[in-house]
Amino acid sequence: MSAKNIARHSFWICWKDLLEFSRSKLRLVMLIAMPLFMMLMVGFIFPSGSSISDTPIALANQDTGSQGNTFVMVLNTINNNTGMMDLHTATDFDDIKNMLQNAEVNGGIIIPENFTSDILSGKQGTIIIVIDQSNPQMSATIQAVLSKTIEAMGQQMAVQKLNITYQLSETQATSMVTPYKVQSKGIIPGDSTNYFQFVAPGIVAMIVMMALMTGLPHAISYEKDMGTLDGMLAAPINRLSIILGKVMAQTIRGMIQGFLILILAVLLFGVVIEGSILLVIFLILLSVFSFVGLGILITSFTENEETATMVMMTLMFPMMFLSGVFFPLQQMPWYMQGIAKFLPLTYATTALRKVMVLGADASAVGTEIVILVAFGIILLLIAVPMFKRAMSK
Amino acid sequence: MTENTTDRPQITKKFKCPTCGNIATYAGAPGERIIVTCTSCGSKGRATLSGTTTPTIGFSTNGNAIEVSHLKKMFGDFAAVDDISFSVKKGEIFGLLGPNGAGKSTIIRALCTLSRPSAGSATIAGFDIVKEDSKVREHIGLVSEKMIMYEQLTARENLKLFGKLYNLPNAALNKRIDDLLGFVRMEKWADHKISTFSTGMKQRINVIRALVNEPEILFLDEPTLGLDPQSTAEIRELTRRINVENGTTIILTTHIMVEADILCKKIGIIDHGKIVALDTPANLKKLVSGTDSTAFEIEISNLEPHMMSSLQSLTAVKSLHQEDPTHIIVRANGNDSFDVIVDTLRKDGAKILMVKNLEPSLEDVFLHLTGREAREKVTENAPSQMGGHGPHGRRKAKRIR
Repeated sequence: MSAKNIARHSFWICWKDLLEFSRSKLRLVMLIAMPLFMMLMVGFIFPSGSSISDTPIALANQDTGSQGNTFVMVLNTINNNTGMMDLHTATDFDDIKNMLQNAEVNGGIIIPENFTSDILSGKQGTIIIVIDQSNPQMSATIQAVLSKTIEAMGQQMAVQKLNITYQLSETQATSMVTPYKVQSKGIIPGDSTNYFQFVAPGIVAMIVMMALMTGLPHAISYEKDMGTLDGMLAAPINRLSIILGKVMAQTIRGMIQGFLILILAVLLFGVVIEGSILLVIFLILLSVFSFVGLGILITSFTENEETATMVMMTLMFPMMFLSGVFFPLQQMPWYMQGIAKFLPLTYATTALRKVMVLGADASAVGTEIVILVAFGIILLLIAVPMFKRAMSK
Repeated sequence: MTENTTDRPQITKKFKCPTCGNIATYAGAPGERIIVTCTSCGSKGRATLSGTTTPTIGFSTNGNAIEVSHLKKMFGDFAAVDDISFSVKKGEIFGLLGPNGAGKSTIIRALCTLSRPSAGSATIAGFDIVKEDSKVREHIGLVSEKMIMYEQLTARENLKLFGKLYNLPNAALNKRIDDLLGFVRMEKWADHKISTFSTGMKQRINVIRALVNEPEILFLDEPTLGLDPQSTAEIRELTRRINVENGTTIILTTHIMVEADILCKKIGIIDHGKIVALDTPANLKKLVSGTDSTAFEIEISNLEPHMMSSLQSLTAVKSLHQEDPTHIIVRANGNDSFDVIVDTLRKDGAKILMVKNLEPSLEDVFLHLTGREAREKVTENAPSQMGGHGPHGRRKAKRIR
């Protein structure tokens, strides 16, 4: 009887919340805009792979011999095909330094004076890559791309030499210069790793978490501030109905956003959902269950809307970045990885990623499911009595 | 509600329901306090199965809707409500009058089970506010200082939500909503959003919202605060109609004397968390004058000495003095003193232009009891959780000073 009443009352509170939500046009627009922005943001801001395009690079050819000119010619040919660089001519290191300081270029290539003489005398020819230390990420990419390109140019040259000198076929020559060839093969169809594919499951989990973490304390403390909460508290309903109704409303909101993200990811960003969509929905709901206690806990502690917002923001940002949503956990130092182990979002993200990207089945995410359930139960056991107490001061 | 144990003797007893007068028989162990539900009207009350054979008339609430005993509410070491006891009879409008921050809202919040008392107890409709809080909630309606309404929802949707929280089935709820909207002549506005209403309209909906569950006891916490004169009059009229037409017991808090004077049968004046006076408005006024005498100011255009001496000779007249060539002030005893004075003057040929009753107003009583001093001290001690005092509360006062 009591459980039935709690369900009935929470349904009506949820109905009220959703009705209020649907009456606000701005909120409806944001409901759709937020996931879209989120997807665009993470998709284009975070470096996807190690490619550059139209990056301004200064080129200083100090060599007077033939080898320098050949190098410049080959580099130009490659660049014309790939469009990686926007080459600017410079005279020497100081000139490039100036250009870097004025932000005219992002990096530089120097062919030193003795380039031709070194090569002709049987030594290695040195190419200097100038990098901008104020922008480590860009520098690393430029360094990697240029090194790879120049290395490939060198190999090509070696192959040609062998071909001419010893009349070896191109295949033979190549196998002599680079005896090892690396080939990557994924465990799912398709050969490219897509950053969207990596980030989409995490964002879905994160959006649902945010809906609960921000929405729940906000919804309750707002009603507290407005005085409308008193109306519910003075009615003969179990206090759990209030929080349950709010949780339902926020979950529905979060799920709608989560699904919008999935749809956008599939339609616009070429993400493929490999696993069962039902398992994905189940995991999202499970994530909700694991976060809900935390949301209720914050709600119980904060006495007004402003405090609630502050507490939420403080907790949410570390959770967002430490849970491996945007970067692989393995990239983080060991102590950060340790913290990540205590965040439910970590397991939600991992499980969703396994199912969505790798097509894993329920048994493969068993550990995550158990941990998420445990998180949910423990947090709720702490949060529910706290909430009940907070509501009857 | 009662545990019928076989090893204890059972007695039956007849009780008369104070609401509808129906007499029914209830069973239980001798001396046991039971909760009885009237078989005819469904109202609930407590009764003691005493050993005597004479039927106990009425529930143990003695016709009291509210009984408060030594209620205390502390915020830190500040006593917002300090050992308060009073009772409110069924069907009465009871006024809690006091300056801002006196503890009125804190009392209301405790009685509505929104906050737990630090000490003491209270029963609402026979139910304990702490042990039987959900029972209490079934029998009360609350009109709080802040409106309990969702601006984005229509009037009907707001009423529906709260009706559903009281488990009203659809058909009954829809009828109830229509009745309530009709009661305040707002049928036309049923499907308009609250945000489009004027403050007065909002408050009307806010009041009927508290009536969806047909409460026996209605709490009105400063219901006319911030309303224009028309709306204020409307809400006062509404309060009276709720009381008269539905027989609802009403607890009203206000700091407006006139409001308490015209609406309330009994008034408790509260200051610094204590009840400093509790009586009918008329008796409270006597506190100031100290006697049964009434003072009149009379303006007579042809005032002559013999008129004065005629008045002086009346036994009812206690004192008399002339203010100026046309004005006199008479203090007299007894209910018919007014007639006697006017008759005497007319017999002497006096042309009476005006008679003004100089009876003390409730405002005089209020200032007499609470004084004008020491407000600052209260302000300094007030904690931040005074409960719902918005911009009118003491927090603002503190900033100004």
